[in-house]
Amino acid sequence: MSGYFRDIYTGGKSLLIGLGVTFKAIIKPVVTVQYPREKIDVTPNIRGHIELVRFDENDSRHNCLVCGMCAKNCPCGCLTVEGEKREGVKGKVLTVFDYDFTKCSLCGICVESCSRTALTFSSEYELAGFSRQEFHFDLIKRLEGK
Amino acid sequence: MQQIIDLIQTYSLLRMLIAFLVLIGIVFLNAIVMGYLERKIAARIQRRWGPMEIGVQGWLQMILDGVKMLAKQLIVPRDADRFLFRLAPLLCFTPVVMIFAALPFSKALYGINLHIGLIYIIAMASINVFAILIAGWSSNNKYSMFGAMRSVAQNIAYEIPILLSLLSVVLTTASFDLQKIVEAQSGWLWFAVYPNLFVAFVIYLIAGCAETNRAPFDLPEAESELTAGFHTEYSGFGFGLFAVAEYGNLFIMASIASIMFLGGWNGPFGLASGPLMGAFWFLSKVFVLMLVMIWVRWTYPRVRFDQLMNLAWKYLIPFSLVNLLITAFLVKMI
Repeated sequence: MSGYFRDIYTGGKSLLIGLGVTFKAIIKPVVTVQYPREKIDVTPNIRGHIELVRFDENDSRHNCLVCGMCAKNCPCGCLTVEGEKREGVKGKVLTVFDYDFTKCSLCGICVESCSRTALTFSSEYELAGFSRQEFHFDLIKRLEGK
Repeated sequence: MQQIIDLIQTYSLLRMLIAFLVLIGIVFLNAIVMGYLERKIAARIQRRWGPMEIGVQGWLQMILDGVKMLAKQLIVPRDADRFLFRLAPLLCFTPVVMIFAALPFSKALYGINLHIGLIYIIAMASINVFAILIAGWSSNNKYSMFGAMRSVAQNIAYEIPILLSLLSVVLTTASFDLQKIVEAQSGWLWFAVYPNLFVAFVIYLIAGCAETNRAPFDLPEAESELTAGFHTEYSGFGFGLFAVAEYGNLFIMASIASIMFLGGWNGPFGLASGPLMGAFWFLSKVFVLMLVMIWVRWTYPRVRFDQLMNLAWKYLIPFSLVNLLITAFLVKMI
């Protein structure tokens, strides 16, 4: 019999505290977002698929030297980088930068190995498609299209 | 219009028929409204939005869910007892409508007024457990069987405190007639104001939670343990009838609480309670109680079976017994 009434008191008190907690939650604003209509800003640290970096704000050229370090270091072999020598231009000119996102493991070794910081992670996360071909990105076109 | 009213008053069978049709409508409407409110409040407690897509704030969601359920195939498991399996949802749903017929919505608005209304309602409400047992047994599924068995074992534990706490009100009014019980509380003196009857009210609310098979006492359903308990095997509107009956039982439990303890159709502060205003006060009390039940459901985790038995046999039954004795003593003295 000892503690019988104390159990009722402490139990009832904790039950009321619990009700208070949920009541406060009812009053508080909702935290979920109605996704297709509302979006929250993505963090700058997001590691999306890779993309070429612009030369600067207004210039749509890129920094790539066509050294091929990214393609060589890629553990998935998802990058194809080709360049050609042109008359009157110093160094190579990038002609092909194909990126197979279906194979990419998003390890980021290409971004780290790039000596000119010509590669970065994009902040795009709404990726959906009906075929594999839609995820074979042509990064040069992507840069120009921006 | 007057002719129609005369016709209805002359033929009491016609009156009964209309009352039953309206009450079936109310039972379904109640399930839709409460289902929507439950989903919305549950979402707010978990800081979500709940249904938002269909209609403003998703208010059409429950109606569309009902349409979806109507369109679905009624599957009977191969080894199930076909007759009992089909019978169980009806046996669960019919008593709910029959109880609704005996509820006094206001002084003039009721299906039937019985002199033993309270006994009738309690008797009908206990058929629910029978329906759950039949559903669990006929499904031929271990989870359904466990759910049904739990429901029956739970039933004995919570019915006694419910009856004892209601009995203390009956001792006070000396009547089983719900209209007389409501009239006895006219004006300020609702029964929940008296200390001894307030204890009975609290006991009734706790045990009523168990009667409606809702969390924290939803052991017969217990999603995480028994998939869906007794209605695991039900599809389409067989399941729909169980859901409608569950909300109907919630309404009945809240309306009994408001009739017995909160003055039924009497307005607060002695406010007017005519045929229509009375129904308004009654329904608002019922809805406040149902919202409290939803709030409780989404606050507490499910109790273990022995914890439920402990609560009922060690706390609720002794308290309601002592309370009944005190009430009897007070009634005799005053």
